[in-house]
Amino acid sequence: MILANRLLKYFGGRRALAGVSLEIDRGEAVGVLGLNGVGKTTLLRILATDLRPTGGTLLVDGVDAVRDPLSVRRRIGFLPQVPPLYPEMVVLDYLRFAGRLHGLERRALERRIEEVADLIHIRGVLGELVRHLSHGYRQRVGLAQAILHDPMLVILDEPTHGLDPAQVVEMRGLVRRLKERHTVVISSHNLPEISETCDRLLVLDAGEVIAMGSEAELSGRLLGAMRIEVAVRASRAGAEAATGAAADVVACLQAVGGVSAVVPAPGPAGELAFALEADGDRRAEVCRALVDAGWAVLRLDRGRHELENVFLELVGAGAAGSGPGPARGAEEPPAAIDGRVA
Amino acid sequence: MRSALVIARRELAGYVSTPMGWIVAATILLLDGLLFYALALGPAAGPRLSAEVLSRFFWTTSGLVPIAAVTLSVRLLTEERQLDTLVLLSTAPVRDREIVLGKFLAALAFLALLTLLTVYMPLLVLVNGKISVGQVGVGYLGLLLLGGAVLAIGLFASCLTRHTLLAVALGAAITAGMFLLYPLGTVIDPPLGGVLRALSLHGEHFFGFQTGAMHLRDVVYYLSVIYFFLLVSTKVLEAKRWE
Repeated sequence: MILANRLLKYFGGRRALAGVSLEIDRGEAVGVLGLNGVGKTTLLRILATDLRPTGGTLLVDGVDAVRDPLSVRRRIGFLPQVPPLYPEMVVLDYLRFAGRLHGLERRALERRIEEVADLIHIRGVLGELVRHLSHGYRQRVGLAQAILHDPMLVILDEPTHGLDPAQVVEMRGLVRRLKERHTVVISSHNLPEISETCDRLLVLDAGEVIAMGSEAELSGRLLGAMRIEVAVRASRAGAEAATGAAADVVACLQAVGGVSAVVPAPGPAGELAFALEADGDRRAEVCRALVDAGWAVLRLDRGRHELENVFLELVGAGAAGSGPGPARGAEEPPAAIDGRVA
Repeated sequence: MRSALVIARRELAGYVSTPMGWIVAATILLLDGLLFYALALGPAAGPRLSAEVLSRFFWTTSGLVPIAAVTLSVRLLTEERQLDTLVLLSTAPVRDREIVLGKFLAALAFLALLTLLTVYMPLLVLVNGKISVGQVGVGYLGLLLLGGAVLAIGLFASCLTRHTLLAVALGAAITAGMFLLYPLGTVIDPPLGGVLRALSLHGEHFFGFQTGAMHLRDVVYYLSVIYFFLLVSTKVLEAKRWE
């Protein structure tokens, strides 16, 4: 679907992209991850043909985006970080305008507006002026214009930017639904958003792709181990005390092949929680061992902070390797990552 | 062309649905009415032939139409940038020249509506005397061509910056500069003086329209100015993609 080769972008003397190469298959959802100012938006604007690259080639569905941008634009839908909405327009008129720009005929356009309004849940605001919409609805209307013409490729630049937690969850649900019929490229520095909606990650640092792959691939490659979180009920039939129980669980987990470390983790009362490191995905073996030993497994999942660790590992390495000059790793510490990893 | 009309339609609706367009129209019509009364109809004007009154009307209106044109046009792209809506057009399957043309056509349509609302003034002349329909028609054509040229200049200014005030200053400066070429050309020796007068936006080229005489060279001049500024506006938009 997308084949980019050594994309280069300069703004005056400032290099924004330093030879980005990537390949995205049809039907994939790819997350572009990076700290602020590493070139995520520039890359997306180039993919959306809003900007032209200073160098390199970009093929979208086999069409050269520099030589024939109009053909590429028929295949893409773009939601920039700030939705491109006209405040004085009624939402319905705005969508009609966006559809006509993409050449939709009247009947097809009306039908498509109905479909998209149901999909994005904006039917109730179709008659409202854009200026009266909440931020969440503005974002949805922006998303609606991006998919109105049913593009092959949907490009979303930080779609949850500025949304409250409930709206973020809803937007993630919408993006997941988009994956069913579109190729999706989504940029964010919100790690859970990327983790939950994308098949593959592309990590940018200083305008370069420093890693690309699934979360599991990246964590396996970079962290050398998979982190697993497990919680069991604190008591089992015949158990005497919680401390003894914890030692039993640790012994049980250490006996599982491939598990290299078991560390107790904080958990609610009545629960024993542990963080494991394994040489691969050992969740099935861990579960079987615990159940066989008579423990009631309450929770078993991959480490919640695994992506953060991968990300920090990557940008940390990028910053260390960047030599003199502003070291982003130090300049914008992990606090910038969704404000959660401080 | 279809995309240009889609853009023009939305833009025209924007003029009609926001106070800005109507404020400009009301201000220009009020000033034009007052000037018409003072310079053409009022007691100070004295007895005149209808053709002279009409000529005076087109002359005063030709001073106000450029003001309206600059005001209407400078927001065309600056506002899109301020609202971050330009990206909607620039990532749609629309050529940059269609964006520029659509914007221009909308502004021209609104300016034409505004200008045609002054038609009651020539009709007042008709009440008190005879008027030549030809002179009225040619006069309005001249106003539209002059207004179109200034709109194209204003659109060009709005391509250059995202700040409306700066765009107003740029558009007004280019327009004023091109107006002043005529008086400048009259005090400079030929052949340079002649060249300056020939390039002037007013005077040399508008005089014929105001008196009801349409010359092809004047029509070609205004169309050339419109084409030139729309072309450079398109080039500026294209260049912004390369940044």
